Amino acid sequence: MKAVVIGCGRVGSAVAKNLLAEGWDVTVVDENEDALLRLGPDWRGGFVLGHGMDTGVLEEAGIGDAVAAVVSTTGDNTNLVIAQVLRQRYEIDTVVVRILDPARAAFYAERGMHTICPTQTAISELVAAVRTSRRASSEAV
Amino acid sequence: MYVVVAGGGKVGSNVTRSLLEMDHEVTLIEQRHDRYVRLEEEFGPVVLRGDATEINVLERAGIARPPELLLAVTGDDEDNLIISQIGKEGYGVRTAIARVNDPRNQQHFDLLGIAQTVCATTSILGLVEHEVPEHGLVPLVELRKEGLIVAEIQVEGGSPVAGKRAGGIRLPSGSRLITVFRQGRAELVEPATVMRPGDQVLAVVPKASVAELRAALLGAPK
Repeated sequence: MKAVVIGCGRVGSAVAKNLLAEGWDVTVVDENEDALLRLGPDWRGGFVLGHGMDTGVLEEAGIGDAVAAVVSTTGDNTNLVIAQVLRQRYEIDTVVVRILDPARAAFYAERGMHTICPTQTAISELVAAVRTSRRASSEAV
Repeated sequence: MYVVVAGGGKVGSNVTRSLLEMDHEVTLIEQRHDRYVRLEEEFGPVVLRGDATEINVLERAGIARPPELLLAVTGDDEDNLIISQIGKEGYGVRTAIARVNDPRNQQHFDLLGIAQTVCATTSILGLVEHEVPEHGLVPLVELRKEGLIVAEIQVEGGSPVAGKRAGGIRLPSGSRLITVFRQGRAELVEPATVMRPGDQVLAVVPKASVAELRAALLGAPK
């Protein structure tokens, strides 16, 4: 099965490697050639140099055959536009998009987009960790 | 009228100035500090500092009222698209006009339902085409929702339709010749109208059939 990963930073590159290891046919898109370094010398998937807003680049990456896409460039708005183009123009079933701003992530999640917000995850986990740790120490007293 | 302007560059600041002169109520959102300081000096409390793609910034600008008009005119197409979308879909803004900086992104605005866009590059290219007579066919207006182009075609001596009656010309389906402009006068095109060299023909044509219309009236491109 074909997956396209758009944006190959720390997150995108790791997602791409994981999917490849699970047997997916993965092509990565990034506008920076250095992104290939993150994938490492053993990378056996595809790589297309270019911007994810460019439909020519998406098509070169084989978007027409993809059943899943992960969008994780550095820009929230870029990710939101690309994700909607993937869903509406290329009709890809599974489009997962990283959004750093919790408010925008929630806004688009309400409209049916599969958003992942690492900021919200961090906030929830930090609050939970403080709560758990306070409970533990008050129980110890 | 209440107008929210997102982006205080050349476009946003000049539009704000004009709107204020017309006595409209405006909030101008600018993210960059240096620009904000300059804008605030000129416009005072009309200017709000912040990232207009953040929902709380839009809310502080009164997006929930909602404004009669939202202008998304930053230098970033993705930002303009998202600002327009949040305004329209989240807050019921009736009219959002977005600036398209890179004409290649126009298709994304169309796809995502941001129908009112302005692209300086496309406008300038349209004017350039108007100045290049060998093009023969000049798109004048695009009716984006309808997928139609209103175009002007200059009939030359060597055109396959020169001397022919309009009724006998095979046109792409969905297209129609509207008027011919000759000797300083516009006439409605009837089936009996004979095309003459020098005629300027106004036609309406589906966007996908522009090349076909050009070939029908002017022959194959050289």
